[in-house]
Amino acid sequence: MHSKPKVLWIDAVSCYGCSHSFYNYPQIKEILNKIDLIYHPLLPTKEFEIKSSDILIIEGAIKSNFLRLGFDLIDLIAKLIKLSRKVILIGTCSVYGGMFGEGILFNKEDKGKFYKCKDKIISIPGCPPHPEWIAYAIEMVLNDKKILLDSENRPKEIYSYTSHMGCVRNEYFEWKVDAKNFGEKEGCLFYEQGCQGPYTHSSCNKILWNEVNSKPRAGTPCFGCTEKTFPRKDLFKTETFMGIPANIPLGVSKRAYLTLAGVAKSLTNERLNKRLIDEDN
Amino acid sequence: MSKEEKKLEIMKTALNLFAKKGFYNTTIADIAREMGMSVGNMYNYFPSKESLAKELLIYTSKLFGEELKKINEMDISTKEKIKKIVELYFKKAKEEPELVDYFMRVYLSNKEIFSNGCEGMLCVSSFVTEIMIFFEEGVRKKELKNQDFFAAFGLFMGYLGGLVFLYREGILGKDIEEYIEVVSENIYNALKA
Ligand code: SF4
Ligand code: SF4
Repeated sequence: MHSKPKVLWIDAVSCYGCSHSFYNYPQIKEILNKIDLIYHPLLPTKEFEIKSSDILIIEGAIKSNFLRLGFDLIDLIAKLIKLSRKVILIGTCSVYGGMFGEGILFNKEDKGKFYKCKDKIISIPGCPPHPEWIAYAIEMVLNDKKILLDSENRPKEIYSYTSHMGCVRNEYFEWKVDAKNFGEKEGCLFYEQGCQGPYTHSSCNKILWNEVNSKPRAGTPCFGCTEKTFPRKDLFKTETFMGIPANIPLGVSKRAYLTLAGVAKSLTNERLNKRLIDEDN
Repeated sequence: MSKEEKKLEIMKTALNLFAKKGFYNTTIADIAREMGMSVGNMYNYFPSKESLAKELLIYTSKLFGEELKKINEMDISTKEKIKKIVELYFKKAKEEPELVDYFMRVYLSNKEIFSNGCEGMLCVSSFVTEIMIFFEEGVRKKELKNQDFFAAFGLFMGYLGGLVFLYREGILGKDIEEYIEVVSENIYNALKA
């Protein structure tokens, strides 16, 4: 019998939200049965040892002069990466720095300390990432399947989408109808409430959370939590320059976007300016 | 002469007549006569006076829009851009007063003519888009104060419009080009960060 692939899950500077997200994966047991989990900070495993692994999973950001398991964190990560076959970075902290500072592959916009190990790395940003995205990366590696990656090593299957794609508010976006409050069924949250969906790489509106919903669907703005710029300030407010959104949808020039938005604003879609479910009728 | 060129010629003729006689007092027959065309032939180019008015508006907006785009793309400070825009506007007011008149008087004071097919930004989008880009970039570069778009737009365009109005009424003591410097300075001071 073949021995099971060895998986080592290490925590850098983390809130453990990424681990908890993974616990919500409905088929987590099947994955755990397939692997030899040689270390995990929260699940029952053997004592930590610096060991080789088939998959190294890193959650959390890095920091200088930070002790983890008795080792200097950055030295420890360098050793573990060297001893691993594949590395999966889980969470925006780990990929870009996110909440806690500096990432493994990137330091926000710049190349990170371990950029030179790029060939081994798969990035799964998100704060936290969706359990299915984590499972996808693990399963693909376990099954020796090739994952198509983008320039930041994110699986294209997950991150070629924007979180705007598939949002039930798309028609409101097209016709420039704002949501007046959080949690309402009507309106789009892009103009005033800070939604970053149109320029955030993620499939939150394709692979729903808890299999039922997403932030923008429920009426809360997308915070852009998968991006290197996360977290921005004022997450519930759209940043504007002279009333014009400072960030516009991916792939379109500002001139083209403003022209189209102006045209849409000049016209009215009656249906979208009414309550969606009119209880008086 | 291509159909487009002919249309342009008709629009220019119409502009002159609108400026002389007013929009409502000018008929398609007047324009045709001035062009030396038959009324029937005129309709091959513009099915109605309203459609001519609408195309004129799109034409004017594009003309200003293209000039503004050139300014927007220049690698100069926002302060210098303001001066270029003021210069553009005042020079046009001098060289092609009918055009500026049309934009200010016919369009702004006869909105009902444009209510069908020219609502909101539809026909002036080239111009407004460039103005938006000008403001947005000024704020992004931290050279202009971040404020409500229309508050800034009104201050800028209203001021220019006011001066051109005085000029056209013959009230300005000096040539309008002599106001470029001081007006630009005032606009910059009012909008700067
Ligand atoms: S990415 Fe978010 S959830 Fe994951 S460790 Fe960082 S802060 Fe916590
Ligand atoms: S709420 Fe956000 S994600 Fe939904 S349509 Fe509007 S911008 Fe897109």
